Amino acid sequence: MSEPKSQRRMVTVDGNEAVASVAHRTNEVIAIYPITPASPIGEHADAWSAQGRKNIWGEVPSVSELQSEGGAAGAVHGALQAGAVTTTFTASQGLLLMIPNMYKIAGELTSCCIHVAARTIATHALSIFGDHSDVMAARQTGFALLCSANVQEAHDFALIAQAATLKARVPFLHFMDGFRTSHEVAKIEELTDDDLRAMIDDELVRAHRERGLRPERPFIRGTAQNPDTFFQAREACNPFYEACPATVVEAFERFAKLTGREYKLFDYIGHPEAERVIVLMGSGAGAAREAVEHLVAKGEKVGLVIVRLYRPFSLSHMLEALPQSVKSVAVLDRTKEPGSVGEPLYLDVMVALRQAKSRGLRDNEPRVVGGRFGLSSKEFTPRDVRDVLDELSKPEPMDGFSVGIVDDVSHRALPMGEPLCTEPEARVRALFYGLGSDGTVGANKNSIKIIGGETDNHAQGYFVYDSRKAGAITISHLRFGKDPIHSTYLIQEADFVACHQFQFLDKFDLLESMVDGGVFLLNAPFPTDEVWGHLPREAQQAIVDKHLKFYVIDAYGVAAKAGLGVRINTIMQTCFFAISGVLPPDEAIERIKHFIEKTYGKSGQAVVQQNFRAVDAALDHMHQVTPPTEVTATRSRPPIVSVEAPEFVQRVTAVMLAGHGDKLPVSAFPPDGTWPSGTTRWEKRNIGRKIPVWDPKICIQCNHCTLVCPHAAIRAKVYDPSALEGAPASFVSDEMRGSRELKGMRYTLQVAPEDCTGCTLCVDVCPAKDKSNPRHKAIDMAEQAPLREQEGEKFAFFLDLPQIEAKDLPRLDVRHSQLLLPLFEYSGACSGCGETPYIKLVTQLFGDRAIIANATGCSSIYGGNLPTTPYTVDAHGRGPAWSNSLFEDNAEFGYGMRLAVNDQTSQARGLVASLVGELDASFVEALLTADQSDAVGIEAQRERVAMLKSKLGDLKGPQVERLRPLADYLVDKSVWIIGGDGWAYDIGYGGLDHVLGSDANVNILVLDTEVYSNTGGQASKATPLGAVAKFAAAGKTITKKDLGLEAMSYGHVYVARVAFGAKNQQTVRALIEAESYPGPSLVIAYSHCIAHGYDLAHGLEQQKAVVETGIWPLYRFDPRNVAEGKPPLALDSNAPKGSVETYMRAEARFRMVEKMDKLRFASFVTQKQDEARRQRGVYEQLAGITIPQNDSLGTED
Amino acid sequence: MDLSTTYLGIELPHPLVSGAGPLSDSLDDLKRLEDAGAAAVVLRSLFEEQLTGEGMAALHAIQDHNNSFAEATSYLPTVEEFAFGPEEYLEHLRRSAEALEIPVIASLNGTTPGGWLDFAKQLAAAGAAAIELNLYHLPTDPRLHAVDLESAMLALVRQVKAAVTVPIAVKLSPYFSALASFAEGLEEVGADGLVLFNRFYQPDIGPERLELDSSLHLSDRSELLLRLQWLGILSSQRTLSLACSGGVHEVEDALKAIMSGAHSVQMVSALLKAGPAHLTKIRDGLSQWLTEHEYESLAQARGSMNLLRCPDPAAFTRGNYMHIVGTARRFLS
Repeated sequence: MSEPKSQRRMVTVDGNEAVASVAHRTNEVIAIYPITPASPIGEHADAWSAQGRKNIWGEVPSVSELQSEGGAAGAVHGALQAGAVTTTFTASQGLLLMIPNMYKIAGELTSCCIHVAARTIATHALSIFGDHSDVMAARQTGFALLCSANVQEAHDFALIAQAATLKARVPFLHFMDGFRTSHEVAKIEELTDDDLRAMIDDELVRAHRERGLRPERPFIRGTAQNPDTFFQAREACNPFYEACPATVVEAFERFAKLTGREYKLFDYIGHPEAERVIVLMGSGAGAAREAVEHLVAKGEKVGLVIVRLYRPFSLSHMLEALPQSVKSVAVLDRTKEPGSVGEPLYLDVMVALRQAKSRGLRDNEPRVVGGRFGLSSKEFTPRDVRDVLDELSKPEPMDGFSVGIVDDVSHRALPMGEPLCTEPEARVRALFYGLGSDGTVGANKNSIKIIGGETDNHAQGYFVYDSRKAGAITISHLRFGKDPIHSTYLIQEADFVACHQFQFLDKFDLLESMVDGGVFLLNAPFPTDEVWGHLPREAQQAIVDKHLKFYVIDAYGVAAKAGLGVRINTIMQTCFFAISGVLPPDEAIERIKHFIEKTYGKSGQAVVQQNFRAVDAALDHMHQVTPPTEVTATRSRPPIVSVEAPEFVQRVTAVMLAGHGDKLPVSAFPPDGTWPSGTTRWEKRNIGRKIPVWDPKICIQCNHCTLVCPHAAIRAKVYDPSALEGAPASFVSDEMRGSRELKGMRYTLQVAPEDCTGCTLCVDVCPAKDKSNPRHKAIDMAEQAPLREQEGEKFAFFLDLPQIEAKDLPRLDVRHSQLLLPLFEYSGACSGCGETPYIKLVTQLFGDRAIIANATGCSSIYGGNLPTTPYTVDAHGRGPAWSNSLFEDNAEFGYGMRLAVNDQTSQARGLVASLVGELDASFVEALLTADQSDAVGIEAQRERVAMLKSKLGDLKGPQVERLRPLADYLVDKSVWIIGGDGWAYDIGYGGLDHVLGSDANVNILVLDTEVYSNTGGQASKATPLGAVAKFAAAGKTITKKDLGLEAMSYGHVYVARVAFGAKNQQTVRALIEAESYPGPSLVIAYSHCIAHGYDLAHGLEQQKAVVETGIWPLYRFDPRNVAEGKPPLALDSNAPKGSVETYMRAEARFRMVEKMDKLRFASFVTQKQDEARRQRGVYEQLAGITIPQNDSLGTED
Repeated sequence: MDLSTTYLGIELPHPLVSGAGPLSDSLDDLKRLEDAGAAAVVLRSLFEEQLTGEGMAALHAIQDHNNSFAEATSYLPTVEEFAFGPEEYLEHLRRSAEALEIPVIASLNGTTPGGWLDFAKQLAAAGAAAIELNLYHLPTDPRLHAVDLESAMLALVRQVKAAVTVPIAVKLSPYFSALASFAEGLEEVGADGLVLFNRFYQPDIGPERLELDSSLHLSDRSELLLRLQWLGILSSQRTLSLACSGGVHEVEDALKAIMSGAHSVQMVSALLKAGPAHLTKIRDGLSQWLTEHEYESLAQARGSMNLLRCPDPAAFTRGNYMHIVGTARRFLS
């Protein structure tokens, strides 16, 4: 029954796919919810089921997306109870949400294996990266915990855990390290269906099914028990846990027989008579293994214990693994438990060794110390391993240490030794620096497949991304070689470096890690003989000092000629193969072309041919440069941030921006996660190849451009003409037109040249055309590079011009609102983002008194992901106070903020009132009755509060002391609850509904992209009918939830549906009304998104189309109208017209359906048309309803 | 009345064919056309440029964002069946050819030599009874000489002919400086027929917003005269099949086309305006007219008014122009 090894394929996959491959084939029901870094496991499973792939029993597994991980766990529990072999995949907060069900599943001794890509739990900050804080928080649930340390193990253990749970009846949590394993691409041996069948005992599956609920054989499970019985019943499970390790051992042994790969519960690597040993689990084992083997080869008596089965913890198996010779042990935990005696694995090992000694199972009791490593995917390298082992050599090794960081606060970090290279010399280590949009990572993934699949080389790829969505930088770490690759850390010494973007040379030290004589490939937009002259001194120095072989190519030139636009990936990939010598060039090119067919075939033969041409042209255009023997450059790499940046930015932020955040010591960081606002302004990213240029002669000063700008990179100001004194010669201004009240002032529209991402939305929306040459508008796009300096100087002057404030504006329409200062600027959102214009507008209108609760998602990432953040302050130092709690709790989080504001306002008012006598009564009266309904009123109140603070300075007493910190609460606060549709429609809906059902004065802004954007386009209940999304691969068949209508049903909630690209005036009006409404307000904002599958330069056209067709009606539902005898609902868009079909065809999310199934698409078009009409009908009726007033109801008497 | 005709070597019961247009987009409409008695249908053109353009646009819109951000390596699902290629068109052609009794003619507008050839082969394989090569090309490039353009077109038709066995019609624009010579060339390289003429979609201007409006305008009867003139000239010179396309709305229009030498008459705008049943009306009207005027068959009328046979051949050429101009002068004076 065992499969000969030769029949197994070698495949190049990442950890997620490796797990999905087994989980999908060995389960019947899969309930999922997207969360980084585990989302791809579910996506693979869903895609495979959609394709009809079957499990080992010949059935297509059912894959369902739930509304949260809590929901997924509930569905898993239910499916298990009803007898299906069931799984789920999750990480981090998702796993926490599953814990209640995990207790139940384990308590009921249910066979089940779930898979986790272990990820950091959010504490002082969110992190999407890997550590064991999530799985450690589930270690008490009764689930067995089996840990894999690399991609092959993730594949193998997924099966072993599934096999073991069926026998053990203890549910299993199989985990791998998020990103380091889940996202590492590696060459592994794929298990066949027969392997899976050999491991999964059908009798045990039948037994599992027999334990399921069935009316034909009814029983009750899930009783409530009392003090008399619960305890004993809880102890009844002990035999199962005692037997579980042996079951896993047995599964390991069967697996070894089948595949030849041997695993133990605790694997030992190292000197047979080791004296110093490290114990750890997870991917760190790779680096540790390399270091230990390296040191053993040098004669050191060191070793490594890799923990596989952490729960149930088997004392005997651990003892077996640990040589008797061991004198000291360092237990490394990839988690932190503040306030504990030590981290969990350390405590377990410590107790186990003490038990072993006391039970006489071991002669000696080694000294045990604990340490922390690798939190949030912090690098863990052979150097760190050696540092730990060195520490163990000391007579009094540190306990509770950390390794891999500099801790100058509590001095708990081990000193960092010299780097230790443990990689074999024959291995190729290549680094590629690219932009997300240039396709570098995709090409590298193909390169790994080419090398892994076509040669007997081992291959490994790991990809590092920055946290920006626009202009994201990617670094690919690729290793190839004859020996198995255990290097679970970034490349420290590179033989090959490719820089796909010339400007990176001015940002990073790309050549720092290059070995002497390495190969450096540079994409440079210059003739070959001029490239050297354009390099900064640092790059020239490295090339000369390290004797690098230096190759250049103008890849953008080649790509443009081939019709590929900015996609230079295949060109650079060809160059890599041509000069790296990994494969014979001809063979490599053939393989590249094969992958081009595979990758681009769907886009048509023309695209394939274009790429072929680019590959052929690449070799002709790549040239080796023989560098001079000396550095000739006169310029150095420019400073990362301006010298004018604040001290913190210089000291901390700039280091992170330079890519050296790892070097920052503990003291550099605020201990509670509090960071200064407004730091994006110091990061000049220069990612827009073209920027808008203003022609005041044509401009009508409508300011539509500034409203739609996603990055606040084009701005308008009005100011007194006298402010122009000292303006740069090129500075442009015009008289303010179209506003009687601002007559006589000057107007300037100015671009922030280094912050603009070049999305072109501003040009698209601009209505002002040159009458004799309509191609020329009031703003046109022009090359950024030649304009950078001049526009930069102008923008600096522009920023220093006086800023008009809301109180000085006659009204707040689109034109005037855009004269206000945006307090949300230069975020990392996608170029052309459809969400950020709304947020920016909110900050312009209310930012100086706003508190924002932000749900996790795109808006929390571009809103709060380091190194720099976009929320900023005005000249008074006021600006939005922003915080992110979780994904699921944002409405409640904001509600809590409102409660706190109310409470503190109430206290302040009471205290002010109590001070009558000490304060003038009329002053107190003015403070307490101030009309703060507009900007003038707010400003007047701010002045009163300033006066109050000044008066309090002269007063004394407990009330005065209490009032002092509360005085600011006498100025109204604007509480905003912001998040995406995944939050509002799905995971946070319960909370959202509860807050809507309250009388809290909160403003809820739902940025509706109709899909989970941040995690990669999974369907939500906001996903419209007919749209393709992950988990709705054939097009969603259920119509979008009408969240607005549900909210309206309360009657007391202000509700608006807006789309700034369709009717910007309505958007401004709705936000102002929502904010002014003294109860809960809900604004649902249409947000175009890259997940819709079209060039976002057309985002505004699509917004117009979605509104015109009636698919997205615009309205405002204002309960205040009832009192005036008016219908609360006002429709702001017209009856549906225009072609639904044309709208849908323009977006790949709909068009994909047509390409797959024309009839299905046609049916969706009809259904959407009907739905738009139905929706319109409902709204028209509602808009005609006038709610009777109490006094108009009449009485009998 | 015997209305039968042979077009591209295909025997048709009568010359009325539904031309390339929106009515051929759905199988339902195609069936309605068949029920209305259409002798054949021509599907709307497969535009290589459009396919490529959409493929590239989709590639950029979808793939430019892939592998850019740690939380999401892609933003749309990977769907095996989803591809920007001719599959959608081919599938429609395949289903139409299977479902209809009448010949289904495919139409193709290529941009690259490879595209023309590959797509033509695929169209033939998918069941096209014939292929109409739609040489729609607006030569805006001042460096492109007429002779080079024509040579390239001839070479292309020759290659396609060599690659497929189904008959090939070439749909032309009227804007050739030496159309008669070019038609001869086309016949020499093996074209089985010519379709006169393509209608360029000339954009309109929106003065208010200073934008171009490229919405489709339907043909009217005034467009027929240009067709009649060239049908009359070419049918007197060439033996390949001729189709009239553009401006046929009523019985009389179809009759004139036949008399000018057309083997088939394509209708699009009239059917869009009046529905497929209009085709029945024209066919019956044609039959009735020929009967009333004691023709033996439609064939008897074909080409009766072409350059070779019409009573006043000078009217076809410069004289016609002069005459009208002269008439106009008389009015003016």
